[in-house]
Amino acid sequence: MSPHVILRVVSKLLIPLIALFALYVQFHGDFGPGGGFQAGVIFASSIILYALIFGLDEAKRAVPPSWVRIGMTLGVLIYGGTGVATWMLGGEFLNYTYFAPQSTHAAGQHWGIFAVELGVLCTVTSAMVAIFYAFGSRAPELTDEDW
Amino acid sequence: MQLMSLFPEWILTHGSASLVVVPLMLAVLTALNPSAKIAWATVLAVTALCVFTSLGLLLQVISHGPIHYNMGGWQPPLGIGYYVDSLNAPILLLISVVAFLCTIYALPSVAAEVEPKKKGPFYAAFLISFAGLLGMVITADAFNVFVFLEVSSISTYVLVGMGASRDRRALTSSFNYLIMGSIGATFFVIGIGFLYMQTGTLNMMDIARVLQDIGPNDRVVQLAFAFIVIGLGLKLAMFPLHMWLPGAYAYAPSFFTAFLAATATKAALYLLLRFTFTVFDPSWDFVATALMILLAGLGILGMLASSLQAIFQNDLRRVLAYSSVAQVGYMLLGIGMATTLGLTAGYLHMINHAMMKGALFIAAGAFWYRFGITQVSDMRGLGKTMPWTMAGFTTAGIALIGVPGTAGFVSKLTLVRAAAENGWWWAIGVIVVTSILAIIYIGRIIEQAYFHPVPEINGKPVARNEAPYTMLIPLWIMALASVAFGINAEWTTSLAEAAAHVLDAGPNTVIPGAHDVMPVVPTVTGGH
Repeated sequence: MSPHVILRVVSKLLIPLIALFALYVQFHGDFGPGGGFQAGVIFASSIILYALIFGLDEAKRAVPPSWVRIGMTLGVLIYGGTGVATWMLGGEFLNYTYFAPQSTHAAGQHWGIFAVELGVLCTVTSAMVAIFYAFGSRAPELTDEDW
Repeated sequence: MQLMSLFPEWILTHGSASLVVVPLMLAVLTALNPSAKIAWATVLAVTALCVFTSLGLLLQVISHGPIHYNMGGWQPPLGIGYYVDSLNAPILLLISVVAFLCTIYALPSVAAEVEPKKKGPFYAAFLISFAGLLGMVITADAFNVFVFLEVSSISTYVLVGMGASRDRRALTSSFNYLIMGSIGATFFVIGIGFLYMQTGTLNMMDIARVLQDIGPNDRVVQLAFAFIVIGLGLKLAMFPLHMWLPGAYAYAPSFFTAFLAATATKAALYLLLRFTFTVFDPSWDFVATALMILLAGLGILGMLASSLQAIFQNDLRRVLAYSSVAQVGYMLLGIGMATTLGLTAGYLHMINHAMMKGALFIAAGAFWYRFGITQVSDMRGLGKTMPWTMAGFTTAGIALIGVPGTAGFVSKLTLVRAAAENGWWWAIGVIVVTSILAIIYIGRIIEQAYFHPVPEINGKPVARNEAPYTMLIPLWIMALASVAFGINAEWTTSLAEAAAHVLDAGPNTVIPGAHDVMPVVPTVTGGH
């Protein structure tokens, strides 16, 4: 029997909720406080909580470091790719209006922000997890006896 | 005019954004790429594209005047604007060209100096640093400057630290640079914060416009100026704030040292020019005093002290690093005079020094590549064992001293003329003295290489072992450029004069294209 039964059971319940709340913050960012950065941090905290309760190795099995690296770059590519797409459509870099030029309620701006924030979510989540992995993976310092 | 037709229309309209975006995006792809060869080819292609783009922008600026670009279609001062004029267009071209030449050199140099597993990320970090420098120079938004300053600085700390596989001291140098660089960036952003507090805007032209209404007697504005000058002073290695520079230059991978020495301080110096002359007003008392006492005064001190220090260093790259601090002093002296001629001299020296120092650091890296040489005293007989590399080094070294017929002579002569015009006769004396000091520290190296016998190993003299062509070609392009800009200085001088005229005109308060606030909705052609 593992020593931290209560912690494990409670966090198993909480982790999906935290992730869900991150998505709420992400998609509600258009209308209220929130957005990609905050959502990314919340999402990463669910992974970090998992690592704290179940151990770093378990976390690395669930979210491999190679994914983290790809996630970081993917986010930048989504953000920049949105800008490149507006270039292709003939506008300035990141001029979202060109996604829906005929729209009367600036739908293009909505879509553009949506894509860009998705990129931010991706990069922030991965960067947070990467920082945690980097610090967590450090070998403990040697004691005098180990010398 | 025919030259302009070489550039597609798209480059001329969207080029200013693509200069930053393309390196940044490809840096990300390079970071994932496991193959060092492909990563190198990507960097080469990106830098070549940036040379092409920035050349197009420069020609456009010369023929049609300043270019402005609204990020996301939002008009400044609300949106972030990119702005290219005669002041920053040559710097953009300079950074791109140096990056391109250094990348050719990177192929053998990075292969030898960086751990195999880290080569992909190394090239990625280089592209980020490159994009950051270009962004710093091109943007017209004061906060955006800070962002790009950090983008380029943070990647620079990483790149300096990657020299650790060659020399562990790279780690402490990198940490030292991190602390100093962060203090500099923080000071800069505090200055921007104060400016924002007083003006309520971040667009440089808009800040200049509001500052003209506020006037020179505002304490907060004065404070902002002080923070910005000190922050940028740390970044550009203004004399007593240069302590990070020798270590960083000496232990970074030699490819990156060459790039850093030729571009990073120049980008920061450009920002100093931009802020002092076109955002603040050089005719204001506190700005004029800072220019004359702080910039010119510290420039003079730096020229003397760092040249002296360079003489007593034994590590070749530390000699060159201290010489860089001294050369920054020349530029600051020119800027501190705040006359057209002085500014021209400072700007000209920026271009010329980039070529000379780039060549010198590339050669220094080549000596290490072939013989593992880092100390001046180990350079005996290099004139025979690496004749072409040493000849390139000597050519650039002579230009650095300022022998007539080289680029260094042209910029120093302009500086002397400017000082004479101001009646600063003591400054001329200092220029002459530091040139003599330069003869000593460069001459000491040349003497070791040419007038000492080739060292012997097991009774046999060391065989000739020339650097590979990938090192010789960029070395000689830069070395020849530093001679060519001396023999025919017309092009570089005209660029510097155009830049000086921008600075002379005083605060730039006209926000280009600021009519509407919302993004421009494209006109719909055809009914629906």
